[in-house]
Amino acid sequence: MKRLIIKNGIVADPLSRTEVKRDICIEDGIIRGAGNGTGDFKKSRSADIKIINADGLYVLPGLIDMHVHLREPGYEYKETIKSGMEAAVSGGFTSICCMPNTNPPNDSASVNNYIINKSKEAGLINLFPIGAISRGLKGENLSDIGELKESGAVAISDDGNPVSDTSLLARAMLYAKTFGLPVISHSEDLSLRGKGVMNEGFTSQALGVAGIPSIAEEIAIERDIGLAKYYGAKLHIAHVSTAGSVDVIRRAKKEGVDVTCETCPHYFTLTEESLLNYNTNAKINPPLRTGRDILAVKEGLVDRTIDVIASDHAPHSEDEKDTTLDNAPFGIIGLQTLLPLTFKLYAEKRLFLHDIARLVSQNPARILNLSGRGGIKEGYAGDITIVDVRKKWKFSENKIKSLSKNSPFIGMDFTGIAVYVIVSGNVISAN
Amino acid sequence: MSLKKDLISIKDLTKSDIYSFIETAKEFKKISLKDIKKVPTLRGKTVINLFYEPSTRTRSSFEIAQKRLSADSLNIAISQSSVTKGETLKDTILNLESMKPDAFVIRHHESGAPYFISKITKASVINAGDGINEHPTQTLLDIMTVMEEKKDISSLKVAIIGDISHSRVARSDIFGLSMLGADIYIYGPYSLLPVTGFKDIPNVRIAKGFKEAVKNADVIIMLRIQKERAGYHFIPSIEEYRNFFKLTPELLSLASKGVMVLHPGPVNRDVEISGSIINRDKTFIFKQVENGIAVRMACLYMLLGVQKSLEPDI
Ligand SMILES: [Zn+2]
Repeated sequence: MKRLIIKNGIVADPLSRTEVKRDICIEDGIIRGAGNGTGDFKKSRSADIKIINADGLYVLPGLIDMHVHLREPGYEYKETIKSGMEAAVSGGFTSICCMPNTNPPNDSASVNNYIINKSKEAGLINLFPIGAISRGLKGENLSDIGELKESGAVAISDDGNPVSDTSLLARAMLYAKTFGLPVISHSEDLSLRGKGVMNEGFTSQALGVAGIPSIAEEIAIERDIGLAKYYGAKLHIAHVSTAGSVDVIRRAKKEGVDVTCETCPHYFTLTEESLLNYNTNAKINPPLRTGRDILAVKEGLVDRTIDVIASDHAPHSEDEKDTTLDNAPFGIIGLQTLLPLTFKLYAEKRLFLHDIARLVSQNPARILNLSGRGGIKEGYAGDITIVDVRKKWKFSENKIKSLSKNSPFIGMDFTGIAVYVIVSGNVISAN
Repeated sequence: MSLKKDLISIKDLTKSDIYSFIETAKEFKKISLKDIKKVPTLRGKTVINLFYEPSTRTRSSFEIAQKRLSADSLNIAISQSSVTKGETLKDTILNLESMKPDAFVIRHHESGAPYFISKITKASVINAGDGINEHPTQTLLDIMTVMEEKKDISSLKVAIIGDISHSRVARSDIFGLSMLGADIYIYGPYSLLPVTGFKDIPNVRIAKGFKEAVKNADVIIMLRIQKERAGYHFIPSIEEYRNFFKLTPELLSLASKGVMVLHPGPVNRDVEISGSIINRDKTFIFKQVENGIAVRMACLYMLLGVQKSLEPDI
């Protein structure tokens, strides 16, 4: 028997909403009870015992990033499954979910199997693929959703290519419901986005570039929630970025609609002003918004309108980003900055650590039906993230594990970092 | 007997109407087993078969039924006929009406067409399938086929699997079988199930999975999947349908011992049902075809009989 004991850490448990000092024992990859104090697990004489001293550290259920773009197959120069996983380890994640916009897109069992096999070869952390809603992400016909589910997809999404055809999205919700798969919507009205490259507002005016109005997101969220409500389907809204969106979702939840949503750290950290100087490393979709939106997103996190924090990690090469704002692709990397940016909300006393465990572990597991994950509980998978919330460090370019370095946070000072990730009882040093 | 002159919807029938159709059909089935399969019952009666949709099975079934009853038939397949010249349905019927037919057998791609026709003709109207609405003679033959094997329909669990939303067979079967007290479980992709369910039919429920639907089922009715459904977002592909909504021997083994498998035809072999099941004695697909003729003879006989009794002085 293989046994791992995590001693003296403070366990931030989203299930009991507590932060209590106790030991945790993982046997053959499964959590087997948690004691208090030392010595509880000495009785067995099994040969292979490993002990981690987590004194002064916090112990969280393994973090799950449910919105990641790995670029394999097809764009391995931006990111491979392996390099993405290495960045995820450094970011404190034991599981990540990869979006289907690869080349070829993940719309079939064969691509799904390829991705899963590659992740097993890398052998670091868990990878749960998200399959395409439409064949080839073209928004025309449904992909083989049952086949995707059977081969391991945990949700479907056409992230990046919002489904404009309302009937296609309606049928996708219904068809996916047959298989118990949630639909993840990148909610955006493409006709309103037009050629916009950043938030429509004073900064886009100042820079003289085309804007993306916040209403393009809000109107699409209204539509998607309307569909989910009408059809009784399970909907998750990706990367919420505006105050209006938070309002719409808050209202829908009050009405009892089966909707969940996520935001990303940049939407509660940066504003559109990050794009001054035509900074392409701050060009993302949805775009960085305003101070008012940041406040609303933080409120949504506190009052639980927002269920999840995900990175929307979107690597692009230096050559692709080293161009004009108009020409650069949307997206920034985020696996290694999610946790320290989220710790800022802990420092601001808006979130407890067990809230962070809920937002980045428990809720993603619940939304994606990852049973036996998202908590520290007898019988759950032995996936644990151990963090040091006091460690001060600078996010410099040489710390980036991704193949791409497109981050607006380079040079920023952070407090808090992942120390270990433990996947099925196997300890990996994170930083 | 509460029968009207028309057979348009199963919902217009009472339990005893259904049973008397079946009883009459049983008598006519005996004729089909004789050497000379013809009786003079409807001699001198004219039946117009008006088919706005291609149909082989239903149409030939009606034609044979008419021949065996010695009725005069006129077959009009509309695709090559007046519709292409712009004649309205109303004008077509009024024209044919002047030929004094005794019955119209109508198949139409628009729901409600038989009802519309029944309002402008004195002849009997028999619905041979209208749009996504109903196919009442199919239901009568399904019930007849089940009753030949099972004594009490009210004690049966019936699973109806597939494209419920677009299936007139499913709708008529649900109305008929639930009226007779069967417990009905429907299953298919949610994109092909009625979102609102069926009003006022308490013994119909949507199964949570294929297994729940067929477990201990006494009758399994598999529906035909139209290939076009994949093109209109309802399902991803026929391959998906085959992989997840086909009746396989494993699923069938969950059903009750004496389970009957029905299909309105034509079967997409290995899409809706595994070929190996069709080849076994659990399927009653060919029995359905046989009973179809008897049921249609009964319908023609009874409806034209009703018409006669309405005009006692002739
Ligand atoms: Zn997106």
